[in-house]
Amino acid sequence: MPLVKNGRVAADTFAHLADDAEIPVEGAVLIPAVRFLADAAALSQRAAPTGVIWPNNRDLDELVPYLDKLAVVALVFPTFRDGRAYSQARLLRERYKFKGELRATGQVLRDQFVFMLRAGFDAFEVKKQADAEAFLATAKRYTVFYQPTGDGRITALHRRMQLRHSESAS
Amino acid sequence: MYAYDEIDRTLINERVSEFRDQVKRRLSGELTEDEFKMLRLMNGVYLQLHAYMFRVAIPYGTLSSAQLRKMAHVARRYDRGYGHFTTRQNIQFNWIKLADLPDALEDLAEVGIHAMQTSGNCTRNVTTDQWAGVAPGEVEDPRIWAELLRQYSTLHPEFSFLPRKFKFAITASDHDRAAIKVHDIGLRIHKNAAGETGFEVLVGGGLGRTPFIGKLIKPFVHGRDILSYVESILRVYNQYGRRDNIYKARIKILVHELGIEKFAAEVEEEWIAMRDTALTLDDEVVEDIRSRFTYPHYKTLSDTPDELKSASADPHFEAWRKNSVAPHKVPGYGIVTLSLKPIGGPPGDATADQMDAIADLAEKYSFGEIRVGHEQNLALPHVAKRDLPALWKALDKIGVATPNVNLVTDIIACPGLDYCSLANTRSIPIAQELTHRFANHDTANLIGRLHINISGCINACGHHHVGHIGILGVEKNGEEYYQITIGGRADEHAVVGTLIGPAVPYAEVADVIEDIVEAYLALRQRPDELFVEAVTRLGVEPFKERVYATR
Repeated sequence: MPLVKNGRVAADTFAHLADDAEIPVEGAVLIPAVRFLADAAALSQRAAPTGVIWPNNRDLDELVPYLDKLAVVALVFPTFRDGRAYSQARLLRERYKFKGELRATGQVLRDQFVFMLRAGFDAFEVKKQADAEAFLATAKRYTVFYQPTGDGRITALHRRMQLRHSESAS
Repeated sequence: MYAYDEIDRTLINERVSEFRDQVKRRLSGELTEDEFKMLRLMNGVYLQLHAYMFRVAIPYGTLSSAQLRKMAHVARRYDRGYGHFTTRQNIQFNWIKLADLPDALEDLAEVGIHAMQTSGNCTRNVTTDQWAGVAPGEVEDPRIWAELLRQYSTLHPEFSFLPRKFKFAITASDHDRAAIKVHDIGLRIHKNAAGETGFEVLVGGGLGRTPFIGKLIKPFVHGRDILSYVESILRVYNQYGRRDNIYKARIKILVHELGIEKFAAEVEEEWIAMRDTALTLDDEVVEDIRSRFTYPHYKTLSDTPDELKSASADPHFEAWRKNSVAPHKVPGYGIVTLSLKPIGGPPGDATADQMDAIADLAEKYSFGEIRVGHEQNLALPHVAKRDLPALWKALDKIGVATPNVNLVTDIIACPGLDYCSLANTRSIPIAQELTHRFANHDTANLIGRLHINISGCINACGHHHVGHIGILGVEKNGEEYYQITIGGRADEHAVVGTLIGPAVPYAEVADVIEDIVEAYLALRQRPDELFVEAVTRLGVEPFKERVYATR
């Protein structure tokens, strides 16, 4: 499954660990939430980059205390129709100011890219190779956005205000 | 009318090109049908019994003549020469080809019309009173807020994959013509003590197999906060709404299972955490949207012009005028409803030729504006009273002047088994038969206001729960049966109707309805006691007795 980071297909430096796998001392790892929470104090102190795979039906409150220690939070789309992780992503970015990598995993398809970018995701485990390769073109598909989100893109309402003010100034 | 600017037009064009790409990928096999399904639904494309069905949004029910002509063009060029107006201010085309859809969308985009989110588990077309902006006594024009919500909900990055579909309706009148109490979120505009605009917010209304009347969640949300408040509701729903069972996934079930107090507390907590964000609407932003709604330059005209006086001698004209013309907030003008319920016709259908003719008449008599209401009729919202006789002749000629607005033959019906792949039974032929039974205008007038709503299955697209008489098609051992409810209503006193007894077979439905109506005529206290009032007073027993005594 190709990983897209910074708009391009990139090597995944993180090993995905199974629930019962031993956690290595060295190396970047993504740890399932249950496993992470069982020993969160120690695991969040790992020297190597550490990430957590957080399911979409688990409250973020349990994760929040460790956010500044985490390199990656991977959120899950069990199917592309299940949109719970969009809310989690926005909360992590906008409310809890998570600055690390926010990764979309699961059924990640081309037609979700714009929504995901807007919700704060910056890494994508894309289901299909063709979709991963089309990432940059797809991300540019829209130039108009009606809602303010944490991605900082200016909304249509505010663009109109700017246009109006620049017109009246000239 | 709301005028789209370059920004709005750009977005619509970008959406068309995205959809063109999606269709191309589906046709090439790059997308599976399962993957494509949600994408096409989010652009209003269903796969029905015989063909693809294409649902186009008419935001807050307002159309220009140019837009209606474009609908006629789509009906003619890509479909079979007609369209069907729905109960949620949409139009549906029933025979469209998948490969033609991107072109049809591109044609519609030329006049600022789109099909975004007319289906799918996202926020649907935001609906409102079809008399918005012209009804006497309205607090203010609800379409400004409907447009703000339309923009806010269009391609929302967080709420495009909700547990289930999500519908808003807004009213600003005491008399609710937008059925806000049977929507996921119902908004009633009112003013606070300081004279500021805000909203009474209802949540968790809806029909379908588990009907609920919306519950009050907050009596007053200031206009500046409405988007953040709505976002809080949607966020709670997105996270906690059920996804294990499609029939329990609407917000009404979440509200019901949690209880409104607990649900309201969750929303409040979320709202407090995010209310002071970029979603806050400052006055300038609202005024900008308001400024792009243009209103006609009305003339100073008489409420009793000579043209009207002389035409009153014609009983056919008078019958139509009394039935189909409603008071306008400006003296000398009226709001004219165009009945799309001719005797024997499928409710809500209009041919391409009718649409073109109505567009022309709107230009001549209604400042180029047409409205679409949830009762599946059209309206010309700004007609000078002196023009009524001439307009009536023209409307009569094209078959949209049946004087049956709000009467027993003004039936709401879903497409039913004639088109729909979900339906258990036919709806349209039941409606057609009923219009024949009550074809005599004097009889219909004597009966008075009576709304019959028909759904061909439990999904309730024909709003049977809230019809004064509701007819629900069910399948029994491979045969079409119909359950009858009475006493429902969709207005400010919204209530779900009561079942009168066992379902009756297809062939007996019209007889049963006649029996119910006859019982009402015999039981009413005075001629102006409406059917639904009589049911409230008497309960269902006397009607039930009349229907089942001989069956």
